[in-house]
Amino acid sequence: MYVAVKGGEAAIRNAHAWLAEERRGDTAVAELSVAQIREQLSLAVNRVMAEGSLYDPDLAALAIKQARGDLIEAVFLIRAYRTTLPRFGSTLPVETAEMACDRRISATFKDLPGGQILGPTFDYTHRLLDFKLAAEGGEDAHPAPAVEGVAPAAVPHVTGFLNREGLIEEAPREDSLPPDLTREPLEMPADRALRLQALTRADEGFTLSLAYSTQRGYARNHAFVGELRIGTVPVEMEIPGLGFSIEIGEITLTECETVNQFTGSKTEPPQFTRGYGLVFGQTERKAISMALVDRALRWEELGEDYQGAPAQDAEFVLYHSDNIQATGFLEHIKLPHYVDFQSELELVRKLRREAGVDSLQEAAE
Amino acid sequence: MSSCIDKAEVVEMKDTVDTNAERKAWMGLFAKAPAGRVAALLDAVQARPDFTWLRPPEIGSVMVQGRAGGTGAPFNLGEMTVTRCALKLAGGEVGHAYLQGRRKDDAEAAALIDALMQTERADDLREAVIAPLKAELAGAAQARAARAAATKVEFFTMVRGED
Repeated sequence: MYVAVKGGEAAIRNAHAWLAEERRGDTAVAELSVAQIREQLSLAVNRVMAEGSLYDPDLAALAIKQARGDLIEAVFLIRAYRTTLPRFGSTLPVETAEMACDRRISATFKDLPGGQILGPTFDYTHRLLDFKLAAEGGEDAHPAPAVEGVAPAAVPHVTGFLNREGLIEEAPREDSLPPDLTREPLEMPADRALRLQALTRADEGFTLSLAYSTQRGYARNHAFVGELRIGTVPVEMEIPGLGFSIEIGEITLTECETVNQFTGSKTEPPQFTRGYGLVFGQTERKAISMALVDRALRWEELGEDYQGAPAQDAEFVLYHSDNIQATGFLEHIKLPHYVDFQSELELVRKLRREAGVDSLQEAAE
Repeated sequence: MSSCIDKAEVVEMKDTVDTNAERKAWMGLFAKAPAGRVAALLDAVQARPDFTWLRPPEIGSVMVQGRAGGTGAPFNLGEMTVTRCALKLAGGEVGHAYLQGRRKDDAEAAALIDALMQTERADDLREAVIAPLKAELAGAAQARAARAAATKVEFFTMVRGED
């Protein structure tokens, strides 16, 4: 248990002053601006927005600068800031079918309406360090040739094609009010809406590892990436006092739909089943991971067996996926625990006396 | 204020759908415009009229929802920052703004245009602010779609060398 301590004000002040200096680094090197971070470290910005659960690229970039690039610390800053904001309400659900796609690929269908759009991807790069980037101004401007006369058009969801044949479970439209774990404590059993909210803000590393565990055989669910799409969607909201809804902005999202083999259960026919990932920003590793873990957590509603795998255990997954909760509890153990430890010390000494072992200190006394 | 409500009611009786659809469209444009753009377009066409705040610009958040499987039951995806305000012109016309991000100046400009669009300034503003903004955003979307189209691929399945 942590017991309050006092004192050390001057030392703490000096430590924070030094922190600020270390953050700045060598003053002979130009200072990074928040805009540079936002534009040039955009995937870090996206991760901080997703796990901070607040879409605002400028704030995420500022948090990364302040946190010296420690992304979990940056997420912490965003979460703390978020709590100071009044909530104006809830938007209508975003319609990802209408996404203006920068990227849209399917691993299950090679010829699909709308086509395979690679977008700005690391895929098919050779993962060789590019030393041109190390040279000041050495980055070549090589814009990809744009295709003339392309009108932005929505591309249909891949799962829709399978739906037509009845080969995949449906995700029927519903308009219930979803639970919100930022307002009500996360309690078990958690329905799918609550699980998806927890997963979309979950730590990327944790989600990736759990998803990987399902691929290696811990609750294997044979996932194919039916579709991965990245792009912008408008955000629409009913405005109180106006009596109609308007678009209040536009956000970049990554959506992953997995198509999973399913041989049927007592309650469900043989068909493909689905896992779903939807994450703020261009965050495809996270979105794919989310979809795999979502699918693993659906074992009960699909009538599958519980294999005791970590990715099937909603309580284990959801209570350990939030990196701010985790780091808060983990890092607090480095703070003064002197009183606590003193009592432990007394206990161990007493037990040793009872066991007939003299400690060195007592022998010396 | 009362005159504004009377006027709104009269308009609503005439053609609710059309009026709302046009207003909905311009409010959406202001929300999606790049920072500073709405204010610049307004200031280029006219001096700002006097107004009183009904709600001064305020920064908050809204919870964005998604749907499980893209089409199913809603879930909470996370919040986004939003700036909102409401104001009233001397003639009683009320303007609202709700836009993404922390942009009080943009919100003020957007609410002013929203109010002015209910006055005889509407035609000028439609031409000098709304039309160019619409064209700029459509152009940006088109350019982005063209870049994406240049990365469209055809995958060919190779015959495996198995006997």
